Amino acid sequence: MRTFPIGGIHPSDNKKWSKDKAIEVMALPDEVAIPMIQHIGAPATPIVAKGDKVLTGQIIAQATGFVSANIHSPISGVVKAIDEFANGEGLYRQMIVIKREGDEWVESIDRSTELKRECKLSPADIISKIKDAGIVGMGGATFPTHVKLTVPDGQKAEILIINGVECEPYLTSDYRTMLERGEELLTGVEILMRALNVERAVIGVENNKPDAVAHLNDLIAKGNYRGIEVMALKTRYPQGGEKQLIAAVTGRQVPPPPALPISVGAVVCNASTSVAVYEAVQKNKPLIERVVTITGKQLKDTHNFLLRFGTPIKSVLDAAGGLPEGDVKVLNGGPMMGRSVVNLDAPVMKGCSGITVLSGCEASRGKELACIKCAKCVSACPMGLEPYLISKLSLRQLWDRAEEHKIMECIECGCCSYTCPSNLPLLDYIRIGKQTVMGNIRARAMKK
Amino acid sequence: MNALVLTILTLSVLGAILAVILYFVAQRFKVEEDPRIDDVEKMLPGANCGGCGFAGCRSMSEALVKMDDISSLYCPVAGAQTMVSIASYLGKSAAEKGPMVATMRCGGSCDKRPKVNSYDGARSCAVVNSLYTGESACAYGCLGYGDCAAACQFGAIVINPNTGLVEIDADKCTACGACVKACPKALIEMRKKWPKNRAIYVACRSKSRGAVVMKACKAGCIGCGKCAKVCPFGAISMEGNLAYIDAEKCKLCRKCVNECPTGAIRIVNMEPLPKEPKSVENKAAESKA
Repeated sequence: MRTFPIGGIHPSDNKKWSKDKAIEVMALPDEVAIPMIQHIGAPATPIVAKGDKVLTGQIIAQATGFVSANIHSPISGVVKAIDEFANGEGLYRQMIVIKREGDEWVESIDRSTELKRECKLSPADIISKIKDAGIVGMGGATFPTHVKLTVPDGQKAEILIINGVECEPYLTSDYRTMLERGEELLTGVEILMRALNVERAVIGVENNKPDAVAHLNDLIAKGNYRGIEVMALKTRYPQGGEKQLIAAVTGRQVPPPPALPISVGAVVCNASTSVAVYEAVQKNKPLIERVVTITGKQLKDTHNFLLRFGTPIKSVLDAAGGLPEGDVKVLNGGPMMGRSVVNLDAPVMKGCSGITVLSGCEASRGKELACIKCAKCVSACPMGLEPYLISKLSLRQLWDRAEEHKIMECIECGCCSYTCPSNLPLLDYIRIGKQTVMGNIRARAMKK
Repeated sequence: MNALVLTILTLSVLGAILAVILYFVAQRFKVEEDPRIDDVEKMLPGANCGGCGFAGCRSMSEALVKMDDISSLYCPVAGAQTMVSIASYLGKSAAEKGPMVATMRCGGSCDKRPKVNSYDGARSCAVVNSLYTGESACAYGCLGYGDCAAACQFGAIVINPNTGLVEIDADKCTACGACVKACPKALIEMRKKWPKNRAIYVACRSKSRGAVVMKACKAGCIGCGKCAKVCPFGAISMEGNLAYIDAEKCKLCRKCVNECPTGAIRIVNMEPLPKEPKSVENKAAESKA
């Protein structure tokens, strides 16, 4: 069975807590806060004013520049405020607050559930529809999908890889999507293949989800989806990383930055993104909702909710029986890549595939000890870096040497910190180094 | 015995020959250097802190000797007087600058700014700042992990365990600016140093609205603008929801201190204005308690 060639870890996947919970539609929130930055790139610019009436699916903020994404109203109601509010990390960001009144949708949106497979649009039209719908990568990185699909001149996409790996422990939103919305997913893949003009698409799924693999294979055979295959991959974290998935599926290695995955002819899209693409292109439905896993060993109730963006994390947790007693850590995402949430009034955003609740003792870090140079982090690093070294270089602020040691290659998967027997916060320091080195690289580019 | 004498003799002769060779080589390949560089280096404090922007005192003195116009060069550790004497030695004119001192502008001590979460990751302000706001609800306040204290080469910065805040010893501070660069929240500012280490400044950097500040911290600036109105010298400006005292214009009259409802304006080594029945600051504190 295939997997990526170097590094990686195998944490306990903990998917059992929520994997058998079917997708439920969560009750509409009374009030939503929509951040203007939910994607990588420039923040969107609000095009509504306080007091405006908006419909569900109406565009409320326009993309600023190419690498940015439109934002649509997830509910119908009145714009209550446009101001800076605290996000999950407690930082103040511009948000549009909408108070709900009923549930009126924009008329052009087709809300029927029947599958619409036929798509005769040209690639450019498909991409422009995806752009209008504000679709971003829903695996967590939130890179605008239309940018990904716009292949630079002189390069050609050969293969579309759909990321159904979901290697992050605990999360099951992509898994449930593959099981329950398989046909929409496959039609979305067909549309993406058309947009990229490729003949072959591979859906990568880890082998801890054998029923998803079997189900998708069934649907492909029944629905006669041509050129799409499902590839079971050996379970290993971080297989869902773009470069790791390309290596696992095609055996090709993406060169170091600034090279993009397209330089080896591959384009990677998340499974949930593919469903969103289907809805945008065939049903004119912009990205206003997603499946979010609410999970954790201590929670009374785990769920896979289909919920509208802007729903406060607090109300999602309340719907799952509230927070358990004692100290807890709430994560936006899973335990490996997720970011802790300190403000529970913060909204669910486009990149939030799950909300994981860990108890204080599960989340606490061990005491920091000295590095014993065991090189476990080196074996675990899926990018072939030396985490103990670049983290030390960052700590000592030796930015140039950190750059020489390819700090910018780090994908922040956290394998090094996970595996360290001395409990060193390796990734924390590497992240600082990455930020500073990135600034240095930009400053150099500006000088030129 | 014989072997001992022989060894001493051999080594002495060898040493003498090498000394002669080295003497001639040194004469032949002598590097001409301006002797003033050494003199200037002796006049500089030799802290090698980098506060001047150069790698060390040696490179600073080279620049001082080589550059025609040295008004852009300044050693904050040595101070204005030394710069003037260096300039007169070199026959150039020095920049005129008053003494400065690093000032940490956050008053959110543990009792005024409660913890709302706990953090157990890397003990570094830069790391915390890259992750989230920090343990309090204020997104602008001092994190208290001491990146500035680690950056200070003069031992002027300590973290007070009772308040959780950074304290700067004005006597030890040389205004080299290392802490200003180290603070990821940009809380430390170089301000004018008054005699007797007196100081007055707004101990808050929060740009949030008043209501948000009040919720997060009892010592924050809520942007009411009362201080700016009362200032007779026009030294206080309001930037959004935050007051700022311009140290160059301020005359230490302290009228603003009694106006501030949250006590965000901090005075150091000075008494508050006399003959006031009871300062507004105390009243506000009392009514809250």
